[in-house]
Amino acid sequence: MKHIAIGILGAAALGFMASAASAGTLDTVKQKGFIQCGVSTGLAGFSAPDDKGDWKGIDADFCRAVAAAVFGDGSKVKFTPLSAKERFTALQSGEIDILSRNTTWTSNRDSALGLDFVGVTYYDGQGFMINAKKLPGVNSALQLSGAAVCVQSGTTTELNLADYFKKNKMEYNPVVFEKLEEVNAAYDSGRCDAYTTDQSGLYGIRLTLSSPADHVVLPEIISKEPLGPAVRQGDDQWAHIARWTYFALLNAEEAGITQANVDEMKSSTDPNIQRLLGTEPDGKYGADLGLSNDWVVNIVKAVGNYGEMFERNVGSGSPLKIARGINALWTKGGLQYGPPVR
Amino acid sequence: MASQEILREEPSRGSFINDPKIRSLFFQTLVVVLLFASIWWIVNNVIENLQRLHIASGFQFLRNRAGFDISDTPIAYTSDATYGRALLVGLINTIIVAVAGIITATIIGFVIGIGRLSHNWLIRKICTVYVEIFRNIPPLLVIFFWYSGVLAVLPPPRESYHLPFGSFLNQRGFYFPRTIWGDGSWLILVAFIVALAMAWFVAHRARQRQMSTGQQFPVFWTSVALIVGLPVLAFLLAGMPLTFDFPKQSTFNLTGGFQIKPEFLSLYLALSCYTAAFIAEIVRAGIKGVSKGQSEAAGALGLRSGPILRLVVIPQAMRIVIPPLTSQYLNLTKNSSLAIAIGYPDLTATAGTVLNQTGQAVEGVFIMMIAYLVLSLITSAVMNVVNARMALVER
Repeated sequence: MKHIAIGILGAAALGFMASAASAGTLDTVKQKGFIQCGVSTGLAGFSAPDDKGDWKGIDADFCRAVAAAVFGDGSKVKFTPLSAKERFTALQSGEIDILSRNTTWTSNRDSALGLDFVGVTYYDGQGFMINAKKLPGVNSALQLSGAAVCVQSGTTTELNLADYFKKNKMEYNPVVFEKLEEVNAAYDSGRCDAYTTDQSGLYGIRLTLSSPADHVVLPEIISKEPLGPAVRQGDDQWAHIARWTYFALLNAEEAGITQANVDEMKSSTDPNIQRLLGTEPDGKYGADLGLSNDWVVNIVKAVGNYGEMFERNVGSGSPLKIARGINALWTKGGLQYGPPVR
Repeated sequence: MASQEILREEPSRGSFINDPKIRSLFFQTLVVVLLFASIWWIVNNVIENLQRLHIASGFQFLRNRAGFDISDTPIAYTSDATYGRALLVGLINTIIVAVAGIITATIIGFVIGIGRLSHNWLIRKICTVYVEIFRNIPPLLVIFFWYSGVLAVLPPPRESYHLPFGSFLNQRGFYFPRTIWGDGSWLILVAFIVALAMAWFVAHRARQRQMSTGQQFPVFWTSVALIVGLPVLAFLLAGMPLTFDFPKQSTFNLTGGFQIKPEFLSLYLALSCYTAAFIAEIVRAGIKGVSKGQSEAAGALGLRSGPILRLVVIPQAMRIVIPPLTSQYLNLTKNSSLAIAIGYPDLTATAGTVLNQTGQAVEGVFIMMIAYLVLSLITSAVMNVVNARMALVER
């Protein structure tokens, strides 16, 4: 029901919004003193509240990084949990300033939906999980013909699933829910034989099942899922701030700047690090973006560099234990590549 | 005289402002103009803002490929069909669950409602408990009760409950054999239609005879014999052209046969049980509303209690029952949108998916609102016709 409410609110907001060009998102955000960040309703490793109610995960940390860049304080973020269906309307209608919710970057979303994707904070791919105890002998997604498959509605996952079974001439029975918790509960109770979503998500969800050891993730990856934050189209300044926050996280990792050594690094004589940390004499790369010159220092102090963010939330420092893989820096054979700050 | 004439003319001589007719006309026009102006302003503003935010608008998306699958498809649908067809599937699913729910809720409601007036203490109390439980729980919880509390705890497909006639019950739903009609089965359908016509004719003649001679004819049993007997005779004559497709165990699920999914079952049962509680109260009020003198007079004429209820009380009670019954039917139809919580692909669920895949929230919500409005208006219209036929005819 909530998505309808948001839809109507969105429609009403569009109806009553002043038609004159409104102030840029940066000014609005500075005025209210915090960033409203759209996250998931709870996906371990990406955005999920911990036992104290603090949002944890890569997506939540990215919003903190943007807040640190804007305010110099990573805690000036308020989180709005959104279902897959609600997320775009919430961003379009201005209810949130940035959508950082394991969202796949697609051409349609970048154009017709009025979104502007910032970058790819996590390269993912869709997979399947099954209960190996109940279904011994199934070790490939190609054996799933006739299965009931649990999936969340309003996602690219739902579309990839249809395409994959059609391409391989297999039958399946979709069991579709709106909320992640509902899909998890249905899969856990045995309503479906298989669960499909992004592989990182499957590892996270497996931890929440009643007996995680019984479930295996099948080897097939059936799609490209570049997950990243998005902002509203038509506000270039705000899009640049979000995009360069992401690049700053990557550049900091590449330059070896960490949460622990960022203050020492400020006295570095390496011109590359000086430009990044705003210590270069006469440098004003931060000011050009509409930020302070020590914006990268603030970002790294708040959440660390990209590598630290990854390891803490989904990598070796988390229960998920996902390897860097293609999410490693380009210097280490991965796809993460930050254009230079200069 | 002269002074009186002056007095009478005075109001109109004052000004238009004091003329009540002109005043009311003026204010009515003003309200209409303001209403349309604000609607125009809102619509215009929406279009302008959508363009400013670079969001596609319009209804062209209905002709694009949907790309997602739907679990319950009463009409042919694949992921290659259009968004428009996906919405149509959702609408038909809503209608199916609404119609099935309305029929069942009416039957349960009448039984419980009459039961609450029973002379039997136990029946009366059971019916009261039923009404008080279901009337006081939110419908969403009733749906969850059936879905998570009753159907989800059934055994997995490999350990299904075997029921008579080759049917099965497990957590994936209720499976029963699908009938496959062979050659010559049209004869059975023809026989059935002929039987219906004959039954109607018998009933008509029997009423005429009772009116003129007072003699009664066992219409009910004759009709049953006709409607059951003729098709069975035709079935035998045509050489029994019927085979069954039984559900069988396969790798994951039972395949073959006919499957009713737990999402539909729980929504249907929940809506029926919930609305039946309200209908029961309406029926009880309707029966209570018929003056006691009516049944006493019928008793004095020598009618037994069955015919009194059927011929005297219920027809009069129906006049009281039907108008509030319409509201309950409308409520049931609208409550069916709670299907989204358990993943039954009704109109709200499919329109929500379409809305999300296309990002066209304004159009999506608009389509949903129009569809529910039209469904409700049709229900009201049908019930108004029924009400008009039931209304007291003065003779």
